[in-house]
Amino acid sequence: MKSRAELLLGDEAVAQGALDAGVSGFYAYPGTPSTEIMEYVQHSREAADGNVHRTWSANEKTALESALGMSYAGKRAMACMKHVGLNVAADPFVNSAITGANGGLMVTVADDPSMHSSQNEQDSRFLGKFALMPMLEPSNQQEAYDMCRHGFALSEEMKLPVMLRVTTRLAHSRAGVVRQAPIPSGDVRLPEDMRQFVLLPAISRRRYRRLLELQPRLVQASKDSPFNRYIDGPDRSLGIIACGLGVNYVRENFPNDRIPHPLIKIGQYPVPVKMLERMADACDRILVVEEGMPFLEELLRGLLDRGVNVAGRMDGTLPPDGELTPNLVRVALGMADRSGAEVPAIVRNRPPALCRGCSHADTYKALNQAVKEVYGDGHVFSDIGCYTLGALPPFQAINSCVDMGASITMAKGAADAGLLPAVAVIGDSTFCHSGMTGLLDAVVENTSMLVMILDNSATAMTGGQDSHAFRRLEKICLGLGVDPEHLHLINPIPRNHDALVGLIRRELDYPGVSVIIPTRECVQTLKKRSRRKPAGTPAGAKGGVQ
Amino acid sequence: MKSDIILAGVGGQGILSIATVLGYAAIESGLTMKQAEVHGMSQRGGAVQSHMRIADGDIHSDLVPRGGADLVVSVEPMEALRYLPWLAPGGWVVTNSTPFRNIPDYPGEEELKRALEALKHRVVIDADTIAAEADNPRGMNMAVAGAASLFIDIPFEKMEAGVRAIFGRKGDAVVEKNLAVLREGRKRAEAARGE
Repeated sequence: MKSRAELLLGDEAVAQGALDAGVSGFYAYPGTPSTEIMEYVQHSREAADGNVHRTWSANEKTALESALGMSYAGKRAMACMKHVGLNVAADPFVNSAITGANGGLMVTVADDPSMHSSQNEQDSRFLGKFALMPMLEPSNQQEAYDMCRHGFALSEEMKLPVMLRVTTRLAHSRAGVVRQAPIPSGDVRLPEDMRQFVLLPAISRRRYRRLLELQPRLVQASKDSPFNRYIDGPDRSLGIIACGLGVNYVRENFPNDRIPHPLIKIGQYPVPVKMLERMADACDRILVVEEGMPFLEELLRGLLDRGVNVAGRMDGTLPPDGELTPNLVRVALGMADRSGAEVPAIVRNRPPALCRGCSHADTYKALNQAVKEVYGDGHVFSDIGCYTLGALPPFQAINSCVDMGASITMAKGAADAGLLPAVAVIGDSTFCHSGMTGLLDAVVENTSMLVMILDNSATAMTGGQDSHAFRRLEKICLGLGVDPEHLHLINPIPRNHDALVGLIRRELDYPGVSVIIPTRECVQTLKKRSRRKPAGTPAGAKGGVQ
Repeated sequence: MKSDIILAGVGGQGILSIATVLGYAAIESGLTMKQAEVHGMSQRGGAVQSHMRIADGDIHSDLVPRGGADLVVSVEPMEALRYLPWLAPGGWVVTNSTPFRNIPDYPGEEELKRALEALKHRVVIDADTIAAEADNPRGMNMAVAGAASLFIDIPFEKMEAGVRAIFGRKGDAVVEKNLAVLREGRKRAEAARGE
């Protein structure tokens, strides 16, 4: 059996699991730690042969809506995103539980506890519960694979979307996965009720009641699920509830898998209440081990916290933030911590930095000279991408990074408040994700602000995926109503430094919306392309560098 | 058999290729493995690490417990020191001696040397020079992989098979160059361990 196992990242296991479950389309926007799901599908021979949809979407909202449309048409679809992407897609996410699904619909959300590559560590299970949606949370790569098949079946049985929640550690860890025989994908099949997806109030009320009435069945499904298990143990002074991959850290600390305490392993929500009741009756104290926020722990305690004796993140048994580790769980289990030697004092931090030859670096040099050195610090609103590294030395050029697209809209609000100049710095892919609508707001009011769209022709931070902006930025800006007199493209090579500084200064003097697009391809995608192409071949379709 | 390894380096130095070769060798030897990687922001010239666990039975945690690593394998000397808290008593540090200086406050040569010499179980090889001498400057990571192989209970032929599998599509010349570096790395480690 082991020889049949393939080494897959958790993300890849999700992709392969969905492919083998007969999915007809993946819809996603790149975001760490979820990116590798779509990348795997894009490299999959089977996906190409089966004509599975696998082109990136503009953002997570358009991705989830497209997946919902595919479900409407009777086929299985999966939308994939990082946790903060679910905020962007929250509207279709919550409402898709009310419309329900036709073809199986899964929403895979990759949370990033410890914020390895994110601006927060929100726990998507809260949003899943908010939407009253069934959820799956794998403990390992094999379960990530298996849960896709299970999830699509559950989705079609309940006629509801199903959320699959993974976290960084599982998404980006590789282990052996054994595949099952693939299921063929379905055909177009309209919903039985042609008003199912029409959320007019009268219909919505009916649909919402149905969603509420389904909840006991979802709890029953969790109770019967192969992913939720009560494993009894003789020492009932403590019971352990472990969600998702938390169970691995519990097992790690008991040699030979001899756990003396009763253990509940949770992999499917809503939580099976009867299982929890049994543990509460049997054990003196319950330790809750969950990756993320104290979701289950909070439910167990309740507002008054006068019932069950619970330990977890809320009482300091485990830290309130950050991802779990085997050592943290070891201490929570009452065992002595272990550590090697201390880090010698000579070891310095080595933060990430812009690559050598990165066009953003050249742009920041010019921007600092035109803005910071003239007007002082505090005028530059930025966004999510490689260029966020412009906040660190040596540039320290930007003053905000909040969410996708917020550079333009925050600059607008600040300009409205009278902060002049107000400059927005946003990447080409982020602009297409959520920047266009904000620019339209600014155009409508002709707000006095400068928008710099840093065009490196890629979604670079996540590994150089194709950007929707490619060769479209100028047309998009003109289409949104930017004055052609105040729209400029320039290659920010050092030779053009003075020209770029001059251009920025000139446009800062203009009391309306200006857009400057410094354009030069990402050095990483350029390297990748030149490695793929034999020497002498022209740069290819993506070489749009002026 | 159990081998818990921390692979360390700077984003772009090729620690994931070491992991791939090791993973291939482990699977070909009928062993189980788990390997946690770093993707995303830190890849841009920052400190990166990968937790690699190989065993002949079940592996639970994707992360190596702090104080539990049998081996810290690093393609950069200062990065090797960063993961000492993970090293178990008696565990070994195998590292390249050539610094990667991309920060202004990188420690001085002497203090770095002293910190490495303070380690009881260490193998320090000049992997950059080994690779350069084999006319394969990008193969520095394979020299480190060869050195590390001395401390992992997997037949060396399986490591060689791993190199063949990973570099195979780049042609025989690339495979042979990387095999040469892998073998030389192991040879230098044998000598260094004896010191």
